[in-house]
Amino acid sequence: MKIPSNILTLLAGIALTLISLWYGKNHGLLPPAASNEADLVDGLFDAMMTVSMGIFLLVQGVLVFSVIRFRRRQGDNTDGPPIHGNIPLEIVWTAIPAVIVLVIGVYSFDIYKQMGGFDPQAANDPGVTQIAMLPGEELATPLIDASKAKPAHNHVHLAVGIGAFPEDEGKMADVNVDVMGLQYAWIFTYPDSGITSGELHVPVNQEVQLNIKAQDVLHAFWLPDLRLKQDAIPGRDVELRFAPRKVGEYPVVCAELCGPYHGAMNTKMFVESEEDFSNWIQEQIAAIDDSTQTVAVNSADRTDGDFLKPFVEEMGISDVDRTVLQQLHSHPAVSSDRTAQVVNALSPAA
Amino acid sequence: MTQAEMQASATQSSYSVPSTRKWRDYFSFNSDHKVIGIQYLVTSFFFYLIGGVFATAMRTELATPESDFVNPEMYNNLLTLHGTIMIFLWIIPAGSGLANYLIPLMIGARDMAFPKLNALAFWMIPPAGLVLAGSLLIDAPQAGWTSYPPLSLVSGKVGEGIWIFSLLVLGTSSILGAINFLVTILKMRVPSMGLNDMPLFCWSMLSASGLILIGTPVLAGALILLAFDLLAGTAFFNPTGGGDPIVYQHMFWFYSHPAVYIMILPLFGALSEILPVHARKPIFGYRAIAYSSVAISFIGLIVWAHHMFTSGTPAWLRMFFMIFTMIIAVPTGIKIFGWLATVWGGKIALNSAMLFGLGMISVFVIGGISGVMVAAVPFDIHVHDTYFIVAHLHYVLFGGSVFGIYGALYHWFPKMTGRMMNERLGILHFVLTYMGMNLTFMPMHELGLIGMNRRIAVYNPEFQPLNILCTIGAFTLAISTIPFLINAGWSWIAGKPAGDNPWRGLTFEWQTSSPPPIENFDLLPVLNYGPYDYGSGIRFPGEEIEDEETNMEAPPGGFMPPSESRAGS
Amino acid sequence: MQGSTIDPAKTDLNYHHDGEAAAHHEEHPDHRLFGILVFLAAESMIFAGLFVAYLTFRVVQPVWPPEGSPELELLLPGINTLILISSSFVIHRGDTAVKQNNVAGLRLWFGLSALMGIIFLAGQVYEYSNLEFGLKSNLFASTFYVLTGFHGLHVLCGVGLIGAVLLRSFKKGHYSSQHHFGVEAAELYWHFVDVIWIILFFLLYLLH
Repeated sequence: MKIPSNILTLLAGIALTLISLWYGKNHGLLPPAASNEADLVDGLFDAMMTVSMGIFLLVQGVLVFSVIRFRRRQGDNTDGPPIHGNIPLEIVWTAIPAVIVLVIGVYSFDIYKQMGGFDPQAANDPGVTQIAMLPGEELATPLIDASKAKPAHNHVHLAVGIGAFPEDEGKMADVNVDVMGLQYAWIFTYPDSGITSGELHVPVNQEVQLNIKAQDVLHAFWLPDLRLKQDAIPGRDVELRFAPRKVGEYPVVCAELCGPYHGAMNTKMFVESEEDFSNWIQEQIAAIDDSTQTVAVNSADRTDGDFLKPFVEEMGISDVDRTVLQQLHSHPAVSSDRTAQVVNALSPAA
Repeated sequence: MTQAEMQASATQSSYSVPSTRKWRDYFSFNSDHKVIGIQYLVTSFFFYLIGGVFATAMRTELATPESDFVNPEMYNNLLTLHGTIMIFLWIIPAGSGLANYLIPLMIGARDMAFPKLNALAFWMIPPAGLVLAGSLLIDAPQAGWTSYPPLSLVSGKVGEGIWIFSLLVLGTSSILGAINFLVTILKMRVPSMGLNDMPLFCWSMLSASGLILIGTPVLAGALILLAFDLLAGTAFFNPTGGGDPIVYQHMFWFYSHPAVYIMILPLFGALSEILPVHARKPIFGYRAIAYSSVAISFIGLIVWAHHMFTSGTPAWLRMFFMIFTMIIAVPTGIKIFGWLATVWGGKIALNSAMLFGLGMISVFVIGGISGVMVAAVPFDIHVHDTYFIVAHLHYVLFGGSVFGIYGALYHWFPKMTGRMMNERLGILHFVLTYMGMNLTFMPMHELGLIGMNRRIAVYNPEFQPLNILCTIGAFTLAISTIPFLINAGWSWIAGKPAGDNPWRGLTFEWQTSSPPPIENFDLLPVLNYGPYDYGSGIRFPGEEIEDEETNMEAPPGGFMPPSESRAGS
Repeated sequence: MQGSTIDPAKTDLNYHHDGEAAAHHEEHPDHRLFGILVFLAAESMIFAGLFVAYLTFRVVQPVWPPEGSPELELLLPGINTLILISSSFVIHRGDTAVKQNNVAGLRLWFGLSALMGIIFLAGQVYEYSNLEFGLKSNLFASTFYVLTGFHGLHVLCGVGLIGAVLLRSFKKGHYSSQHHFGVEAAELYWHFVDVIWIILFFLLYLLH
C-alpha cells in the first residue's frame, strides 16, 4: 500500500508538534524554583524549549532524511534538478522565524516587566562613584574625598538591576540587606540591626532587597534557584529585589571571574520562616554583644580581617572551600594583599 | 595598457616564472596569495593544537571537583590563553587563510590587491602568537579572554601587558587582511563577473571584512586605554580613580560580538560552496543567502550589549539589545533553510567534506537555538556566565566554525596540494569529532542550568558526573585530531593525484590546475554560467571550459572607471 | 599600535615601485587609493571608539570635568587649529600643482604643509609643558592626553608621509600629472588628520 507523501508529511508534522509540546513541559532541566520570579523565567524557558525542540527535530530530521533518501547511488554521475530557489517558500521561512522571535521577544519583555526589571528605581544607570583603592595597587591615582562624591544619590536610591514587582513599585522592601562582594567572599550587612554575616538569611514570603556593591573587582551575585543574577560593580550601585517562596537552603554563587579562587566564592542563602529569621537576628545581636569587639555601624575604618572574624566560624564552609583554603595556605603568592587578609581571617576555620 | 596587452604579458610571464613553489617559499616573506593562504592555515592549525592542549588540561582539571591537576592560577592562565588563542590565532586566521587562498581564484584574479601588505599581515601573526603562548612560561594573563578591568589591572602586569600587545598586533594584522579582501573582492573580479555572480564565499568574506574594519579598531582603542591603565596608572576603567569598568565592556564587546560573525561568516560561505558541489544541485536561494550575510553583519554591529545583560546596563538597553539579537536569528534561519533545501533532492556524495558540511548544520543549529534563548533577557539573567553559555558558544564556534574549517580543508585540499585525502581516515575523523563535540558540550547546557558557573577551577561535587562526561568528550576531541593530522600529512606527500577538478565544481578555482600555477590562470577565465549551475547540462566543465576561454574579456574602458585603472605613482 | 597606522600607506608606496621595476606580471588597475580610503575608514573607527568612550565618561561621571581640572587655555590651541585647517588647503594646492606637471609647485606647497604640521606639533608640545595637570591627575586629564597624544602621533606620521613625497619629488620624473599616487595618498591622510583634529578640538576644548 502506498501512502501519499503529503499524508506522511502531515503525520511527521503532528508527531513533531506533539513531541515538542511534551518536551517543553517535561524536560526537567531546571532546578526547583524558589520564588515567583523563578516561575516566570521557567515558563519562558519551557516555551522556548518547545519551539527549540520543534526546530531542532525539523532540521535534524531533514538532514537525516536527505542523507538517506538523496544519497548518490554508485555510478550515478548525473546532477540533481536545477532548482535555484522558490520565492514563496523563502518568504515563508523568513516570516515564520520572524514571527517566532517577535513572540519570544514580547513574551520576554513581559516577563522582565513582571519580575520588576522596569522599576524606575532599578532600571536606570546611576553612574559611577569613586571607590577606595584596589587591592595590591600602589597609590596610582589621587583619591577624591569620598564625602564629595555623588551627592545626588541621597534623595532617591537609583540602581541597576531587578527592582520591585510592578505592584510594589515605590514601596520599601520588607528586608534590606547590603551585600558586599570582595575577593573571595560575600559579606551581608543588615542595616536595620547592624548584623554582619557571611551567609544570607531572609524570611520567607517577604520582599527582600539586596543592595549589592563590590569592593575590589567585578563579581556577580547569582541565586540559581531564584534565576536571578546581577554583577557587582565597583563604584556602581546595583540591586536585586525578590520574594523567596520556599523555606530552604540555596546556593549563592559568584558568577563573574574575580581571580584564581573565583570558584570558591560561594555561600548559602537560608530562607527561613519569619520566626526562625527573627531568632537568627537575635542570636546574631547577642553574639556581637558577647564578643569583646563592638561592631561599628560604620565599617569603613575596619580591615577585612576584623570584618570577617566575628562570623567566620559560622560561615558554611563546605568541603570545597576547605580544600581551597588549604591551597591558599600553601600558596603564599596570592595575587593581592586583600586576598591575604581574607585568608588570614578565614584560616581559623580551615 | 589594454586588455590584449595584459594577456600578452601574462602569457610571457609563464615562461619567465617557475610555475611551482619550492618548500622554502612557505617559510619566507612571499607575496603569493596561495603561499600566504597555506601559511595562514598551517600556522593557525598549529595554534589550534596548542589551544587544544590547554583545553584538554582544563578538562582534566575539571574531572574532579577539587583543584588537583593544576593550581587555580594556572587554571585561569589556561582559560585565558585557550580563549584568546582559539579566537585570535585559530578561527580568525584560518578564515583569513581560506579567504587568501580562495578569493583571487574564485574571482579570476592573479593575486590579491596588495600582495606585500598581505604578506606583512600574515607575518605579524607568528611572533604575536608565540609571545602569547610563550607567556605561560613567564607570567601568563589570567583575567579571561575578555580581560575585564579591574581584575585585569590587578592580576599581573606582565601577563596582561603581553596579552594587550599580542591582541594589538593580531588586530592590526586582521585589519590589514580585511582591507585586502574588501578591495580585492570589490575591484578585482574578472570583468564578466558582477557582484551577484560571485561565489557565496566572496559574499561572506565581504561581510566579514566590513565587520573587521568597523569593529577591530574599536577594540584597539579599548586596549590602548587598558594599556594606559595597566602601565601608566591612568584610571579610564579603574574605579579607584573614578573610571568606569563598564565603558571597557561596551568597547570590548563592540568588537567582540561582531567577532563572532567574523569567525562564522567565512565558514558559512565555505559551507555554501561545499554543499552544492557534493549535492550536485544549485544553491537554494543565492540572493537570500548572499544578502543574509550582509544583514547579519549589519545587525551584528548593534547587538553587543547582550553580553552585558547582568552588568551595568539599564533596562531599556537590555530590551533594545534583546530584540536586535533575536532578529539576527532570521537571516541565520534563511541560511540554514536554504542549505537544507539545497541538499534536499540532490545527489549527495557522503565524503569527508560533505560530512563535515552537514555536520556543521546539524550542530550549529543547536548553537543557534540556544543563542535565541540566551538573547531573552530574563533567561539570560539566569544563565549568563554559566556553563550554558560555554555550551552555546562552543556549539557556535566549534560546531559552526571548526566543523566548517575542517569541511573546507577536505573540500579544497585537492586544489591546494593536487592530491586527494584519504576518505576512511576522514570519516573516522568526522565520527570522532562529531561524537566528541556533543559529548563535551551537550552536558554543559544542563550544568549551567543547575548552577555551575564558568571559569572555575573548583566546583560543587554534585556536578561531577556531568563534568566527567564532558572530560571524556574533550579527550575524544583531542584524539580526533590524530587521524586528521596523519591524513593531511600523508596525503600531502603521497596522496592519490587529484586532477584539476576532482569534485566537478563550477567555480573558477576548479578551472585551473591543481595546485594552481603561480599566477593562478594561464588565461583569465570567463564567466559563462553561474557558480552553482548544476543540473543545467554542463558536463565536465573542466574540459569544456577551454574552448570557451577567450582573450576578449571586456569592452575597452568598460568595467573600471578610468581614474581607477590609472597605474603608477 | 602606532606602527599599524603608518604601515599600509608605507607598504603601498614601496610596493608599487618594486612592482613597476620588476614588471613581471601585468599591471592591474590601481586600487591603492581605494585601499587607503578603506584603511582611513578603519582608522577613524579607533578615534570614534575613543571619542564615544570620552563622551560616555562625561555622561556617567557625577561631576564633569572632575574636580580640580583647571580651565583649558584656548588661545594657543585655537591658533594651532587654524594652522592645521589652513594646511589642508595648502596641501591641496600641491596636489593641484602636480596635476599640472608643476613639480616645483608640489615641493613648495608640500614643504609648507610639512612646516605647518611641525609648527602644530611644536605648539602641542609647548601646551603640554605648560599645563597644570599631568596624565594621571584625573579622568579628564587622562582622556585629554591620550586623545591629543594619539592624534599628535598621526600628525607626526602625516609629516613623515609628506617628507617622503618631498624626497621623492627630487627624483627626476618621479611625479607627473599622470603618476602621483604618493601625492594623493599623503594629501588624503593629511585631510583625515585634520578632520579628526576638528572633532577633537570641539570635544576636548569647546565642550569642556
